[in-house]
This record gives sequence, structure tokens and C-alpha cells, in this order.
Amino acid sequence: MASTIVTFELGDRVVEVMVAPMTTLQSVLRNQLGSLATKDGCRQGGCGSCTVLVDGEPMMSCLLPVEDVAGRRVATLETITPAQGLHPIQQSFIDHDGFQCGYCTPGMVMVSKALLDHDPSPTEDDVTLALAGNICRCTGYQPIIRAVGAAAQAIRANDGEVAR
Amino acid sequence: MTAELNVVGQSVDRSDGVGHVTGRTVYTADHLFPATLHLKMVRSPLHHARIRGIDLSEAMRVPGFVRALTAKDVPHNRYTILGLIGVEPEEEFVLAEDRVRFKGEAIVAVVAETEAAALEAVAKVRLDLEELPAVFDVEEALKPDAPIVTHWGNNTFMYEGHPCRRVRLGDVEAAFAQADLIVEGVYNTSPIEHAPIETTGCIAVPEANGRYTVYTNTQALYFSLDNTSIILQVPGNRLHFVGGTVGGGFGGKVDVIVEPIATLAAMLTNRPVRFWYSRSEEMQVSSTRSAWRIYLKDGVTKDGRISARKVTSYADCGAYSRQTPYALTKHAANAAGPYAIPNVSIDAYCVYTNRQPSSAMRGFGVAMASFALEVQMDKIAERVGVDPWTIRFINAYRNGDMKPHRKLAEDATLIETMQAAARLVGHELPEEFRTMTSAPRGASHGEDR
Repeated sequence: MASTIVTFELGDRVVEVMVAPMTTLQSVLRNQLGSLATKDGCRQGGCGSCTVLVDGEPMMSCLLPVEDVAGRRVATLETITPAQGLHPIQQSFIDHDGFQCGYCTPGMVMVSKALLDHDPSPTEDDVTLALAGNICRCTGYQPIIRAVGAAAQAIRANDGEVAR
Repeated sequence: MTAELNVVGQSVDRSDGVGHVTGRTVYTADHLFPATLHLKMVRSPLHHARIRGIDLSEAMRVPGFVRALTAKDVPHNRYTILGLIGVEPEEEFVLAEDRVRFKGEAIVAVVAETEAAALEAVAKVRLDLEELPAVFDVEEALKPDAPIVTHWGNNTFMYEGHPCRRVRLGDVEAAFAQADLIVEGVYNTSPIEHAPIETTGCIAVPEANGRYTVYTNTQALYFSLDNTSIILQVPGNRLHFVGGTVGGGFGGKVDVIVEPIATLAAMLTNRPVRFWYSRSEEMQVSSTRSAWRIYLKDGVTKDGRISARKVTSYADCGAYSRQTPYALTKHAANAAGPYAIPNVSIDAYCVYTNRQPSSAMRGFGVAMASFALEVQMDKIAERVGVDPWTIRFINAYRNGDMKPHRKLAEDATLIETMQAAARLVGHELPEEFRTMTSAPRGASHGEDR
């Protein structure tokens, strides 16, 4: 089958890529667009390290044919990182030691962002449920759950404003 | 004197924190090179088989196929990680020769222009295998009629000519005869996969100066460099190994599995070669923590003192032992536990089976001993009729006690650790345990056994 051209929004720019059928968004991000924050852990939808946001919803980019994001908005860890400083979720992961090796962190931050964008006051159960598709082998999850809770508090304290 | 402390007692940001939360940390897989070839492995679908033939003809017709490597392409086709410290014999093959000993063993490396082409070519390699009987249980493997896994004729790693690592202190049989109680137990653990989120992988890049730069997520850069140098029979100064942030290891990235063959492929093609484990390979092929079976027999006095402990342990090292012989030595040194026991006998066997090879994992032979011993301690407490704290306090070793492997206990902290644990969980200890210390017996508190 012939390759096709797919156009989508990546952060605030429009990108156009030529792909063979069934090329995944993960592969396009990493190998064509140099978006290396999107990790590659299993290519089975099992670990969550490749999570990106598509129209604000967290999705595992390793299972997503890039044709499916044509015309849609994709956010990666690079696109949500402010030009100066850090997003409150990022700062909170540092403050609460929400990582050790760091390999799952991009996916963790992305699902946390999707959660807090939808619900600025999640319960601990909401946080646990939101993170349920993301595996971390180092931390035992508790520091991550604390980091997300503290990030929610920080964002609320700032009237929901997130520096951009 | 009070000094201003800048770090102790302060919360200090990790130096790699910003990199981790912004995705700017560079992991090995993030090194991308133009014109990179991809290596994928043809693996044994059987647990134990004789290789009668390998047919590459269909695979070679796959568009993008570059070349295939078999055992005869590897200059020194033996991989023995502990060979670096003089451990013999050489036992593992980089690529299988006449026999495969576990399901997933590497037989043919296929190098292609894309991952997809490499996978397609792998699927088209035809293997002619004659299935052999396989063994999956350590005690089955030690029976006289068991299939022999190794190439030296029995299924145990040999420790200075003995089939097991042995530790002896005192006379256990005499102590058993005088014991008020005999408490026995058998404890089994499963193999455990480290399952790092970043799978094992490397990229070998030929340089203009005749050297090869190898980007790898190894946990042991010099093991990797030295073993690659031995297998490829090239001096170490032609190899430049670059490590970096490892995306989870836990001992699983101490084996040198991907670098030698990727570097050889880079030498033979003069192109960068990437060899990266899929999640399935990480789970089904990479080393695990070995499975263990541990038999314990303890002689105990009616007031709860352990007078004798006999340990018979079997580590299932799988088809190739990698670092398990070393783990087993550590196990044998610790298999009586942190307890002062005057009569100890330990036989620890490293047994080959047709299971996935095992190797290092955090705790390294000691964690499984602790599992068995501490469950056993609870069992002893129950039989004696004392609580689990008591049985441990009265048997805890102190500084100056002779351990079974003839080392005097130094810096013993079991008693103090248990006291701290009791405080943390709000458990009130009786006076005699609250005031007990690890000080040498016969010292300040004059308590002796």
C-alpha cells in the first residue's frame, strides 16, 4: 500500500508527515519529528510510557495509527513544557520525588495533566485510577500519587492558571 | 560544636530531576543515527533441541535484508560473564551451535534496513530442529536419568570440584539428637523478571578512526566492554562504550547480551546497528532472578534457642548460569540468617534446567534465603509458643559471634533495627528486649548463652 501524507497539530505548530499505512504516532514522533520525550517501553499498550494527549485525552501513542490523529491536536511532554520554568505538575514531580529512573515520567506527567485539566480537585482514588494504565518499576507509586495531589493544590492556589 | 549542614537534613533536588520531568534526559534509545540497520534474532521455539539445519534462502529474499549471522561468524562464540574473574567453564554460546537449551535461545541474527524487514526475514528463516527431552525442575534435573543440559556431563555448576557450595560449623546431627524440637520447612520461589520499562538494547556505530562506539543501557559498562572484547577478539581500545541514564535495571542489565552481536554486525556491515529487545524478549528471554527451592531443618531448645540449622538450597539457574553461581555463593554465606546458631550445615546447588537463564537481581541470592528463613522463624515461634519478636531477639547475632562461614559478626544491628521497628509500629517490647544491644556477649549487659 502506498504511503500517505498526514497533517496534525503538534503543540502550536502544524506538522505534515509521510507515512506507510499503520505507522504508529509513537514512531512518527520519535523517528520523524524528534519528539524523544515520548518513550518506547512495550509497543503493546501495556506500560503507558508513550502516553500523549490527543484533543486533550490521554492515549498510548504506540497503539495509535498516525492516520487516526489527522486534523487533531497532539500534545507531548515537550509541547506542554513552558519555554521558561516548569509546568506545576513537573515541579511537583521534582518536589515529591515522583521518579527514580525517569523512564515512565513522561507518560505519568501526561496522564496527570489530562486528569487535572478535566478535574482540578481529584480525590486520591481519582489519581490512582488515572494512573492505572502507567507502570513504574522504581517508586512504588506513592510519591507519584503525592506529586499529582500536590500539583492539583498548587494549580488551584494559582486560580487554575498554569504558566505557559 | 554545631556546624551548618547544607545537605544532611535538607531536601535536595536531584541533579537529573529537570531532565526527567521535561523528557530531556537522554536514554540510550534516544541516540539516533542516519542509515542505522536493525538486528533481530531468530530464537528457538523449543526448550531443548538439536539443530540439524538452518535455511536462510527465503529470508535473504526479503526486501531490505542485509545479512545474517550464525555461530561461525562469531570470533569467540562463548559468553561467560564471570570468566572476567576467572570462573570456568565457558558455557554459553553467543549464537547457538549444535544445540539449543531453552525456548528463546538465539540462533541466527538477522540484520536489515528496517525493523519491519528484519522481523519479516526472521520469520522466514527455516530451522530444522530435533526436539530433545527437557527438564524444568531442579530436583528432577539431579536424578541420574535426567536430560543433561550442560556440555560437561552433569546438571550442576561445580564449586572447586564439588556439585554444591558447602558451609559447615559445628555438628548439626549431634545437635539435632539433643534438640527438644525439630522444625522443618520447604520454601519455593518463582523466577522473577526485572521488567524495566526501558527494555535492554544498544546501538553500535562504526567510527572513521576504526573504532566502534557502542551506546548501551548496561548497568555494568566495563563488563560489557570486556566481554565484547573477548567475544569479538578485538583489543578493548577499539571499543568505546557509552552508558548513561538507565531506564530501570534492578540487576537485569548486568548481563552482556546485546552488545557483542550488535558490534559484530556493525563491523561486518560498516553501518550503525541497533539491537533492541522487544517487550516479549525482555520478559521471555532476558535473565530472571532464579527460582529457588530451600529445605530447612532446625533443632530448637524448648525455650526457643536454635541449636542447629541445616539448609539444602537449589537455585534453578536455567539453561545458562550467568551470574547465578555468584548469587549462590552469597546465598550460602547468608543462608543461616542473622542468627547466632552454633551448629550449621549448608549445601547450596546451582542447577541447570531448560528454563530461561537466570542472573543478577537486587538482593542476589540473599532475598530468597531471607524469605525462607523468616517464614521459618515464625514457624519456630509458633511451635515453641513465643511471639515472633521473642524468637528473633533471643537468637539474634551480636558483634563478635562467629558466623557459619567463619567471619566474626561486625556492626551487627539486628537487635537495634527490631527495636526501632517495634517503636514505629507501636509494639511494646518487654524490658529485656528493650535494653538488649548488639554489644559482644559477656560485655556490659553480661547476658550470655
